[in-house]
Parts: sequence; C-alpha cells; structure tokens
Amino acid sequence: MDQKQLPLSTDPAHAGQTRRGLLKCMAWAGTGIIWSVAGGVPRGIGLGGMALAAPADGFSFVQISDSHIGFKADANPDPNGTLQAALDKIAALPQKPAMMIHTGDVTHLSKPEEFDTADQIIKGAKLDTRYIPGEHDVIGDDGKMFFDRFGATGRTPGGWYSFDQGGVHFVALINVLGFTPATGATLGKDQLEWLEGDLKGKSASTPIVVLAHIPLWSIYPQWGWVTPDADQAFTYLKRFGSVTVLNGHIHQVVQKVEGKVTFQTAMSTAFPQPAAGAAPSPGPMKVPADKLKTVLGIRDIEYAPAGGLKLTDETLA
Amino acid sequence: MMDTIKRRALPFAAAVMLALSGGAYAADPGAAPQVAATTPNTVTIDNFAFAPATLTVSPGTKITWTNKDEEPHTVTSADGGVTFKSPALDTDDKFSFTFDKPGTYKYFCSIHPHMVGTIVVK
Repeated sequence: MDQKQLPLSTDPAHAGQTRRGLLKCMAWAGTGIIWSVAGGVPRGIGLGGMALAAPADGFSFVQISDSHIGFKADANPDPNGTLQAALDKIAALPQKPAMMIHTGDVTHLSKPEEFDTADQIIKGAKLDTRYIPGEHDVIGDDGKMFFDRFGATGRTPGGWYSFDQGGVHFVALINVLGFTPATGATLGKDQLEWLEGDLKGKSASTPIVVLAHIPLWSIYPQWGWVTPDADQAFTYLKRFGSVTVLNGHIHQVVQKVEGKVTFQTAMSTAFPQPAAGAAPSPGPMKVPADKLKTVLGIRDIEYAPAGGLKLTDETLA
Repeated sequence: MMDTIKRRALPFAAAVMLALSGGAYAADPGAAPQVAATTPNTVTIDNFAFAPATLTVSPGTKITWTNKDEEPHTVTSADGGVTFKSPALDTDDKFSFTFDKPGTYKYFCSIHPHMVGTIVVK
C-alpha cells in the first residue's frame, strides 16, 4: 500500500521533528492554509483561492475535541473559558457549519456536574452537535451518564452509530470501552461486524468520514495512542474512494495519508500534550499562559462534491 | 525527594533485616508482626506509572494508592474490576484496599491500560 507521510511525522524515532513539524503546521494554519483532500492526495490551498467560495451543493461542519470540563491543574485552570473561546471561533467562521462533532473527552472525570457544565456551554453554540465518548467520559459507569446525555438518536446498543449528511456517510465509532491491560483500546468484534454491515450497501464513490476518539492508526503504542483492531475496520473501508478519519485523544494535530485514507487527530480545547515520546509521560503539557491559545484549536471541514473534503485547523489565538 | 528515598529504602531495609537474622524469625513467630509493621503499604502513581510496580505484603495489609499526576487514574483489578476498583482518582486523591487472602493480584489503570502493577500477598 502506498503511503505518504505529511510533514507531521508520526515516527517516534523522529519525535523531535514531530514537535517542530507541529509548530510549523500551526503557523500554516494561522496564515490560512487548507488541507484539501481529493482522491487521497492532500494539498495546501491558500485562503485567497477557491477555498473560501461556498461549496456548490456542499456543506461544512466543525470538529472540537478533548474539552476536559472539570480539569483544574496548571496546564489550564479555565477549560470552560477555552471551550467557550473555541465556540466563539466557530461562530465567527464565514460559513455557518451544518453541524458540530465532538470527538470525546467532553469531561475530565465523568462527573454529573461536568456533564452539566459541558452541555450548557455547548448548547450555547446552537449547533446540531454529535458526540462520541473519550475514555474520560466513561469512568466508573461504562459511559451510562455520557450516553444518557449525549448518546445519538438511533445509536446501536453499544453506542456507535452512523448517519448521512449532504452525500457524505459518517461513521461514529467507540474505542474507549472495555479496556484490558492486554488489549488497550479496541473496537471489538460486535462493532466491527456492525461496521461491515453498515458499509455494505454504500457505493464506493460515497465519501466516508470515520469518527473515533483514540487514533485509529498506530501513533505511539507505548502511550496507548493506537487501536490494535482498527486494521480490521480498514479492510471494510479500503474499497471507498475517499475516507477521512477524524480522531482526538492526543491533543495535537498529527496527520497521515495511506492510500485513499486520510488520518488526522485534532487539537484539544483544554490543554496540549507532548509529542510522541517527547516527555516521560503523555500528561498535560504546561505552556506559558499567554501561549495557551496557540496550542488549542478547532477544525473546520468543508465538503463539495467536486472538490472533496477540505480540512482547516485553526488555533484559538 | 526525601519521601521517594524513604519509600524505596524501606523494602531494602526489611530484606536486610530478614537476611541478617537468618532463620531466627522463622523460629520465633512472635517476631513476625515487627516485620509486618515495617512492610511498605503505599503505591504512588506518578508519571503514568505505579511505583513500586510490584509490592509484596502479608495477608491483612491495607494498601493505599495516591495519584500524584495531573491526569486522573484508576486502580482496577485485572479481572475487570471484580476484586477491587477505585473511582477516578484526581490529583492527590487516594484509594485503599485490604488484601486478606494470599495470592498474586494484577491490576491496571482502566483509563490508561498500559499502566500495570502487581500486589503479591503471602
């Protein structure tokens, strides 16, 4: 399978380069470069060009991730404020998004008051919002509180679901339940079987967007940044002409293109984490207070039938 | 730093006492509680790791875990939390469990499953 590595290296042997690559990417994002994905080959498009034109027959949506409401430590004493700043950024976009995706870790400790606060702040954005849980949202109750509040209408008993929007098929997967020391994060047999069936009737030309909290490719297994049984999912996805995988969990943008599949993790709205292997542990990374918003962000995704999906990562600065 | 040194020194001190005393403790059951009293019964969670990773204690020991990370962790027995299971431990939160029966108890953090530890009760 042909593999193309974008400037953000995911190879742990080049962890130092990853950090530099990340900063470089953020600089690009700040100056308005859009990752355009067409036929599996991404390219940057300046904002002065076609990117800002309203997509003909298309739509846009936004992704936020890892809001960690309830977090109190030095890395960000005000996650409510930075989540609000992310929503303000979205409200200021030139095009109103058709919907918002939250790719998990809505809360920090799965506490009822954290779910309440998150819900209230996010409702203020007045956007149709779809959620998937992160491992911080399912502590102690296997996600019962999360699903009661944020579970999608028509979800399967396991919580995963799919839906169609404007010609794009979205698949929302869950890989944060049933962790064991031996397996770590998994999709599991039931969900994989469901995915195979869900995709069966779809034409290969249907653009597919896959959502999951933990990365669906191996970024850094030593820190659990991997979903070992995701390979099975890609045997069902490989016949499609355009597959975009949107993940959270690692609080930074890392990208990879493998054949027709584009993988991309997102920035957090709460606090950054170190690049793979660049610190003794993946714990919250402290940056000077006036730099925090330069490492938090949102993602804007535009879809046009003719141009495919265009992903723009924007910091909160 | 002093805490760390003290904690790490304790098992070593206990082992030295046992080694120097030869068979004396075995012959004198009255001495056993003294050894038990100096047995370390705390596990610290720091930098996404349980320290010590393996802790050996006598039956009836109450072990206390303390989370020193800014990230929450749990202490969950490897049988899926059937034997013991803490709630989410935020920074400086503690969890205790008393191990009555001899055996080897493997556990992990159910949020970060690569974090594993073992309690040996004998």
